[in-house]
Amino acid sequence: MQWVIFANKIMSIIILIAAVSILIAGGFLIAFLWGVKDGQFDDDFAPPNRILFDDSPKEKIKK
Amino acid sequence: MVNINNNVQDISTCFHCGEDCSNKKIALEEKIFCCSGCKMVYEVLNQSNLCTYYDLNQNPGLAQKINVRADKFEFLEEHSIAQKLIRFADGKQTHVNFYLPQMHCSSCLYLLENIHKINPGIKSSRVNFTQKEVFIIFENKETTLRKVVETLTSIGYEPHISLQDISSKKAKKGSKNRLFKLGISGFCFANIMMLSFPEYFSLGGFMEKEIGQAYRYFILLLSLPIIFYSATEFFITAWKGLQNKFLNIDLPIALAIAITFGRSLYELISDKGSGYLDSMSGIVFFMLLGRLVQDRTYRSISFDRDFKSFFPIAVNVWQNGRFTPMAVEQIKVNDVIQIHTNELIPVDGILSKGEAEIDYSFVSGESIPLAKEIGSIVYAGAKQLGANIELVVVKEISQSYLTNLWNKDVFKSEKHSVSIIHKLGKYFTAIVLMIGGIAGLYWFLQGEILLMWNALTTILIVACPCALLLSSTFTNGNILRILSKNKFYLRHPDVIEDLSKINHIVFDKTGTLTPNKKAKVLYEGLWISDEDKILIASVLRQSTHPLSRIVLEHLSATQQRDVDSFKNTVGKGIEGWINDKHIKIGSAEFVQNDLSEKQGSSVYVKIDEQIIGVFRIKNSYRLGMAEVVQQLKLKYKLSVLSGDNDAEKPYLTSLMGSDSELLFNQDPEEKLAYIEHLQKAAQRQVMMIGDGLNDAGALKQSNVGIALSEGTNNFSPASDGIIDAHQFARLNKFIAFAASGQQIIMASFILSILYNIIGLYFAVQGTLSPLIAAILMPTSSLSIILITYGLSEWAGKKQGLQ
Repeated sequence: MQWVIFANKIMSIIILIAAVSILIAGGFLIAFLWGVKDGQFDDDFAPPNRILFDDSPKEKIKK
Repeated sequence: MVNINNNVQDISTCFHCGEDCSNKKIALEEKIFCCSGCKMVYEVLNQSNLCTYYDLNQNPGLAQKINVRADKFEFLEEHSIAQKLIRFADGKQTHVNFYLPQMHCSSCLYLLENIHKINPGIKSSRVNFTQKEVFIIFENKETTLRKVVETLTSIGYEPHISLQDISSKKAKKGSKNRLFKLGISGFCFANIMMLSFPEYFSLGGFMEKEIGQAYRYFILLLSLPIIFYSATEFFITAWKGLQNKFLNIDLPIALAIAITFGRSLYELISDKGSGYLDSMSGIVFFMLLGRLVQDRTYRSISFDRDFKSFFPIAVNVWQNGRFTPMAVEQIKVNDVIQIHTNELIPVDGILSKGEAEIDYSFVSGESIPLAKEIGSIVYAGAKQLGANIELVVVKEISQSYLTNLWNKDVFKSEKHSVSIIHKLGKYFTAIVLMIGGIAGLYWFLQGEILLMWNALTTILIVACPCALLLSSTFTNGNILRILSKNKFYLRHPDVIEDLSKINHIVFDKTGTLTPNKKAKVLYEGLWISDEDKILIASVLRQSTHPLSRIVLEHLSATQQRDVDSFKNTVGKGIEGWINDKHIKIGSAEFVQNDLSEKQGSSVYVKIDEQIIGVFRIKNSYRLGMAEVVQQLKLKYKLSVLSGDNDAEKPYLTSLMGSDSELLFNQDPEEKLAYIEHLQKAAQRQVMMIGDGLNDAGALKQSNVGIALSEGTNNFSPASDGIIDAHQFARLNKFIAFAASGQQIIMASFILSILYNIIGLYFAVQGTLSPLIAAILMPTSSLSIILITYGLSEWAGKKQGLQ
């Protein structure tokens, strides 16, 4: 009898784990779709270079 | 790493554009510039504290030798024209998008996004580098559209504003949609595989049943977005094919997906097994991935340009006593229009004022400009090289000669060539259906009805021609990628196959075999003293005629004398007096009244009454042209079509061989007709290489039309592919590489058939378990992807491509 209880516990744990893992993966999927929609994949040159430009001192004060 | 060239380079190259300027330099603060244009850009940037532009990349600019006329953008003040360019305006702010083909490095990015420092009226500017566009928001109170364009022009980024931008807005939705589909199918596929693992290994004995049940319904849930969203394009194209009575390759795929889904659903509901949803989702995912790789789009390159993109959008028209800018479409017959130096003439007209030096190279391929007298007709597409002229319009833009050429039928019909994949796919489908039928019949006769259904459905599932399609999509995708890295851009994957089938290559001469603006000068005659050189050069400097420029450059005289009573006889030559010496330069007719010599590219020189000699200007050919022609001659028939005179015939004959056809003085329609003749009468698969509008019809008519472009910034006519002019010498390698692609597809197709045979072995017996299907499907897909990738990389290396 103990076996059955144990097995049931493991079963519910495994189902839980599966559900959680799909939720996590779903989070990444949403992040990806969001990125696509936002145009993150439209231009692969400008953003990585833009971040490297130093702002001139004047501008820093403005911000 | 230390850049050793650093010190050497500074000596004689322009600080702005990096061009060699040892002949003529302008110095400013220890910096050297090749022309005043470059210097001006530097000064503007220096004033606005934007010299980081020069720190990011060495000599990031582009040469500014051609000055932009001050009132060039006057037409932007015209409300109706400006309205077509503006994307959004609310009275205070205006949003506008410009296409800047000059954009090429991070310095450009830096400068364009900091443009508000030069023109404070600009509130924000954002660059889209892959599309070479800048999105600008400006305040209406502080600046105007015209001023924004002039600001951009002043720093060397003159926006390209053309009729085509206005009349059609590009659609860019497609690729995003496909990424969505890919993302969702990838997510579902990965999770279905994960949830199927326990099933594969039959873990957990008696737990299996209940957990398994729960997992199976999870899997079913996950497969729904795949079949109802990601896979829709297969169903849609298959259905469209059926409607047009055409069995396309998507049909067996759609069939296999539908059957797999139906059978899995049946198994799940009747609790007989777990179905093949894992295989199905994998197929959809890999197929979508393959199509994404294959259908790469070069967003900054346009293959569909028609004459409109070459034309200005506005031109000055005489109205109410003055010239005002007017949109080209609104020009009416009998309007008087003004054309400035170096401008394209947008409509057919009669010359009414000024001296016309018309460069028709764009339209007809003639390399030498023609002089036109008042009263003669000038066709649209020509470029005015001399001073300003006025024309009386005889035909509106929609009826001009060029537009008519474009409206010919060739431009309306799409080329249809049935790809090898579709042919194979047809046989393949037939064979699979036959095997399915035989196996089904066999089990039916054995009385095993259940096994019959099993066998029939699994055969269709296993034998879906996905592997065949995968091999072609991934091979083509990788070939396109490698070719584009080597600056040979193809419009569509089908062009690769067409390229492997050609057996006749037709070249255009002017601009294709011979670069524009580069010429070889041969001098025949007496020895010229340095003093005489200076005299000749001084007179030549007064003229803007291209031949004068070429000879002037050839003489490379440094000093200059004042020229008295200079006289220019249009189309003939020039003369002038220096210190009582009379210098006469020009055609044979002009200099020595010799009418026997045809109008061509010879410049005679006479000082006082003595003929000094003649400069013969020869076409100079593209670097490596002779070698590549020698190579191509071995495998293909060659022809040359030229709009120019036949002065170069002897050389070309010796180069191409006597069995090649060389045709001169061809107009655009004759070029088109020649290609058509080759295809119909001689049954040839023709590749045409050309560069100008005059080749546009022939490019469209040929099986593969390749446009040659000096730098992808430049504009090229509609074509199947664009080759960078510097890569011309590798043309034979590109063709060979494309041909090897077909072999790779065949090789991987054979491999995929092997996989199919293994699968079918189980399927005909009705014993294909989900486990075997789940192992077979991803391994076959993945190994085919790897093999096509590896083989195409190897084939590229073999041809010396990067």
